Amino acid sequence: MTRLTPSTKSIALHVGVVVLLLALNFLLPEYHRGVFARVLVLAVFAMGYNLAFGYTGLLSLGHAMFFAAGLYGAGLTIYHLEWSVWPAFGAGLAAGVVVALVVGFLALRTTGVAFMIVTLMFAQVFYLMTLYFTTYTRGEEGLVLPQEMRVLGFPGGVLDLSDPSTRYLVALSLFAIVLAAILFLVRAPYGRSLIAIRENEERMRMLGYDVFVNKLMAVVLSGLFCAASGAAYAVLFGYVGSGFAAIQYSILPLLWVLVGGAATTLGPLIGTLFMFYVIDTASSYTTAHLMVVGLVLIGVILFFPKGIIGTVRERWLPWLP
Amino acid sequence: MAFGPYFLLATLEGLVTAAVLSLIALGLSLVFGVMRVVNVAHGEFYMLGAVLAWWVASLFGGHPAIGFMVALVLSPLVVAAIAFVAERLVLSRLKYEPEATIVATIGLLYIIQQLALTFYGPEARPVEAPFHYRMQLPWFGYSAYKLAVIGFSIIMMLATWFVLTRTKIGLVMRATQFDRETAQAFGIPVGRVYAGVFALGAGLAAVAAVLIVPIQQAHYLMGHDPLLLSFIVVIIGGLGSLRGTVLAAVLIGLSDGIISMFFSPTLAKMLATLAVAMILVFRPQGLFGAAAR
Repeated sequence: MTRLTPSTKSIALHVGVVVLLLALNFLLPEYHRGVFARVLVLAVFAMGYNLAFGYTGLLSLGHAMFFAAGLYGAGLTIYHLEWSVWPAFGAGLAAGVVVALVVGFLALRTTGVAFMIVTLMFAQVFYLMTLYFTTYTRGEEGLVLPQEMRVLGFPGGVLDLSDPSTRYLVALSLFAIVLAAILFLVRAPYGRSLIAIRENEERMRMLGYDVFVNKLMAVVLSGLFCAASGAAYAVLFGYVGSGFAAIQYSILPLLWVLVGGAATTLGPLIGTLFMFYVIDTASSYTTAHLMVVGLVLIGVILFFPKGIIGTVRERWLPWLP
Repeated sequence: MAFGPYFLLATLEGLVTAAVLSLIALGLSLVFGVMRVVNVAHGEFYMLGAVLAWWVASLFGGHPAIGFMVALVLSPLVVAAIAFVAERLVLSRLKYEPEATIVATIGLLYIIQQLALTFYGPEARPVEAPFHYRMQLPWFGYSAYKLAVIGFSIIMMLATWFVLTRTKIGLVMRATQFDRETAQAFGIPVGRVYAGVFALGAGLAAVAAVLIVPIQQAHYLMGHDPLLLSFIVVIIGGLGSLRGTVLAAVLIGLSDGIISMFFSPTLAKMLATLAVAMILVFRPQGLFGAAAR
């Protein structure tokens, strides 16, 4: 057998993961297929967060606003303007990019702790906005998108997004596209320069890189992926509420990425999946699932700072991207 | 009705908010100033202080003042002890790395909140004020207890200021803040100072909480708003500046009281948060703070 290059191995691994997830659509029992569909959509959120936090080293505490921008961008246009799913999804992406551009432009003037607090505050403003414009958003109660609106039009026909199998496959398609995009990004020179900025910003500046523009692009791309996740969540699960803009939804992607492994391509998926099942299992014993989140956060940061995939990469598979 | 009574009432309510807020913010500011740790769980220490105050007060029958006074002493001590343990067990092992400590204090936030929900429950419960006396002001009678809260906060602030600037403990704390490594080289037990500061910060939040429970009730989610407000106060006041913190707390407390009397509270919160984010972006040293070293 010929020795595979790291590049071939990593591409084969990612294709393998997507194929495995595809097979699971037909193998998983109904309940778990539903959980997996949700996890796949939210893993896209985590992957978007990972691009900013893991690769570029920008610890944001406000990514809920990008997710919610996509969620509301798609949900409100469907609910109030009766747009069909494709343009509404586009509106969600556009909303995410605009919010990311504005917030990134302002927040990236700060670094470190100030960056965390500024992003936290912008996200809080966004959250309060969803409550303030309650005539359109219905605040905490949220909007339920009518089922007949949630159909994906194709030249050859339509797909009903509320059907479990279709939902799973659409979620998987989005996941696969974003996974491929991230894999491409982090292997491209641009991704390398982001990692270099994380490691030593001063040196990159001295080498002639425009650090601000590179970081802004990372925030915008991250915002785009998070918005894609939010928009997909709105059309696939048909619910849009301000709870998704609240602070918990800024903390959760951080938790998922930390557990799975920051700056790894598959870490966000593993982390999201792991936490979903941990909370699911814990909920069957106790209602105190916040406790589990808290304990896992502290446990991971104390004993497992590299996360699951990060540790695997360190110990056994150094070629993992 | 005339504008005068409304304004006086809003000012008084604002001053009560400011008094409590400056104590909470002072705790946050001390922890950030000395340890460079953003304590996201600070609001939960405040909540814990209030919940413990209710529990202690409910153990004592008789005159409400007895239970209240015991709570005022006991609850901050217990909260400080919990903070001390958390600092030793978690934060110190993280070497005070800013990002890791934020994640860890978020974890702490969830744990404390869940414990409060599990053992205290979702209800809001009041603590009876130690005395009920109404002061007659020009237009209306006003609770003397609220005025006492303002007075007690001022005393606590002065005491903190005295400890910080006039005692050996304060000197050690300031030395650690100024230059951690040099302080260590001079034989200052930096680790213990950090744990002490963390406990002191949490204790101050708990004192504020005990003062407020006779006015607002104790509830397991009550830590959220004060956390955000005290962040705002600390940022506007300039990190680590005692005078700035007090000034900013009075400013925020008064404007919060007055604005929320005339505008929708959500809109007011929105604009205030946005304004503070902008201050942090364009003037990171705060309005009253000196430029960072």
